[in-house]
Amino acid sequence: MTGATPGFGAVLSGLVLAAAFGLLYQRRAGGLINACALQAWALAAAAAWQGVAWEAPELIVVGCLVLAANGVALPMALRRGARRAGIGPSVVAMPGIPVSLLTAAALVALAVLASATMASPAQARGEIAVDLSVVLLGLFTLASRRGGPGEAVGFAATANGLILGMVEVRGMPLVALWTLAVLALGGAAMLRPGGQLR
Amino acid sequence: MSVAFAIAAMLAELASGPGLVVLVPLVSAIGLAFVPNPRLAGWINAAAATLTLGLAAALPFEARAGLLLRVDPLAAAMAGLTAFVGATTVWFAHSAAAPEAGRAEAAGSGAWCALFQLVLGGLLLALLSNNVPATWVGFEAATIGAICMTGLPRTEEAGAAASKQALLCGGGLALAFVGSTLLYLAAVPALGSGLPAMTWSRLAAAASGCQPALLSLALGFLLLGYATLAGLAPLHAWVVDATAEGAAPGVSVFSGCALNVALIVILRVRGLLAANAGAIAPGAPIMALGLASVLLAAASLWRQRDAKRLFGQSTIGQSGVAAFAFGLGSPVAIAAGLLHLVLHTLTKAAIFQGLYLVPRREGRFDDLAGLLARHRGLGLTLAAAIVALAGLPPFGLFTTTFLILLETARRLPGLALPLALGVGVCGVVLLRRLVFVVAGEPAPDRGVAPPVAALVPAWVHLALVLVLGLAMPGPLAGWLAAMAEAVR
Repeated sequence: MTGATPGFGAVLSGLVLAAAFGLLYQRRAGGLINACALQAWALAAAAAWQGVAWEAPELIVVGCLVLAANGVALPMALRRGARRAGIGPSVVAMPGIPVSLLTAAALVALAVLASATMASPAQARGEIAVDLSVVLLGLFTLASRRGGPGEAVGFAATANGLILGMVEVRGMPLVALWTLAVLALGGAAMLRPGGQLR
Repeated sequence: MSVAFAIAAMLAELASGPGLVVLVPLVSAIGLAFVPNPRLAGWINAAAATLTLGLAAALPFEARAGLLLRVDPLAAAMAGLTAFVGATTVWFAHSAAAPEAGRAEAAGSGAWCALFQLVLGGLLLALLSNNVPATWVGFEAATIGAICMTGLPRTEEAGAAASKQALLCGGGLALAFVGSTLLYLAAVPALGSGLPAMTWSRLAAAASGCQPALLSLALGFLLLGYATLAGLAPLHAWVVDATAEGAAPGVSVFSGCALNVALIVILRVRGLLAANAGAIAPGAPIMALGLASVLLAAASLWRQRDAKRLFGQSTIGQSGVAAFAFGLGSPVAIAAGLLHLVLHTLTKAAIFQGLYLVPRREGRFDDLAGLLARHRGLGLTLAAAIVALAGLPPFGLFTTTFLILLETARRLPGLALPLALGVGVCGVVLLRRLVFVVAGEPAPDRGVAPPVAALVPAWVHLALVLVLGLAMPGPLAGWLAAMAEAVR
């Protein structure tokens, strides 16, 4: 969020945001899981890119953690869980796709408005707006996609947004530890009693 | 400071007295997860909780502010309260729930014991942490433990309640995390990059130099996030379901202590903003959430027939009263709000322990009708706890509620009426239920009388609430004033 390296890093952050929209566009469980994996891959690439650009090896570790947890392990576990639970291809999207996308656009506008109130440099404002948007869209996915893998994907998408926010803060200490803590929240949501896919 | 040095310094802090207060329950939680013998798990749980209480009792004499942990009067008092309620709850579960072998929340259940220690350790870490993300991590651990405890009975209702709790508390945690990141960004101009900018004690000292706009934005996210975890309206819905469906002895810890911890974080953030001239005034939004919670509780209590749900809704109202007091911001209001939290936690724990002992335990008031005539000890305990919760003298909640109303009338007279109305309605509803317990038509007795030993923890709690209502010892009053002044 401090705005040191424009360019490719911003493109990768934009890809994370686009994947968050992609989550809301999916009707099928498989598509939802793929979009979630894509978002994690884009986030991992963004973290690694920032790590190289800022010479911060900790961010490369963050990228590896995100890739392993939300990019590989979570999609695999969700696909296996969906097969075991005999979940059909559709995911219940409570507000419906058009309304979801309109709501998502409104949430992005809200994030832009919130970040515009700050007296930071313009580029930092843009980064904060993207990070807030990804978090808000993740929360919206969590609230609106019930049934099947929707809840777990919502947690993962929210966690991705939180990690993106940390990755873009230059000099944020102990970022790998906080990443582990954030990833644990999504894992616990999967493992809690009664939290299995249904 | 290098990352390796910072981690080494934090690990060294964990070996100190305050560090052990956090470590004992967390290590016990890991150990208990691998104990197959239920009886042994129950004893280890009791020993760990008692040891934690013993260590927490020494906290007032160990003032410090390191990279990871901080012990100030507020943290010491609230950690002591949490450890005390944790210990009494474990001993209650040990004496009351053991005969119910097979129930998920029985003291002999290794899973329940492990989750209980996880919740306790997480809350203590959040309270004693001097590090903003570590506060979040502690809350995260406690919330995960509490969500698992809610789902532990493995009924359909418990699963749905755990799902709602995961959804709302997960959302709350996410918002709080965004707020924590923004708080760090706001502090960088004053403290530079690195750990000092995410250390509560350094933030408090340098609050006036923080970037005001970012600080205001951080307040929005932190307030929404931690208000969700504190059970304040409008994101309160998980509290009632989790209270009604969760494993009963554990509810008394999470229903009281966790909400306190979230409110304490809000209080600390309020202090940061109050010290920054350019940031928005934090009092109004905190008071708005508090008042909305009180009024919402008053509206929903009226038609509630389920005892656990009713007391869950009352928790939202009491949390709202304390939040309102913190929003007012005067030393008297903050001190009264802090004491209100302490007394409410003690009272609510006594109530849930009593409810757990009611034969049949379906949670409806039908099961409580004429309880005084059927089981005198249990009936008297519950009746006294309801009188205390209704805010009647001679119990301490009367004093704190009166002080908060008086301070509101003095500073913001226009808000005193709705607050008094909300508090009054809550009290009247509770008294109507009290009449049912004391003089209702006795229901057919469907269980054996609870063991007297199981009532002792509730009596201890109520005795403390009574004593603090009748007379506040001078040193305690001074300590309370110091706490309020420190976080203003």
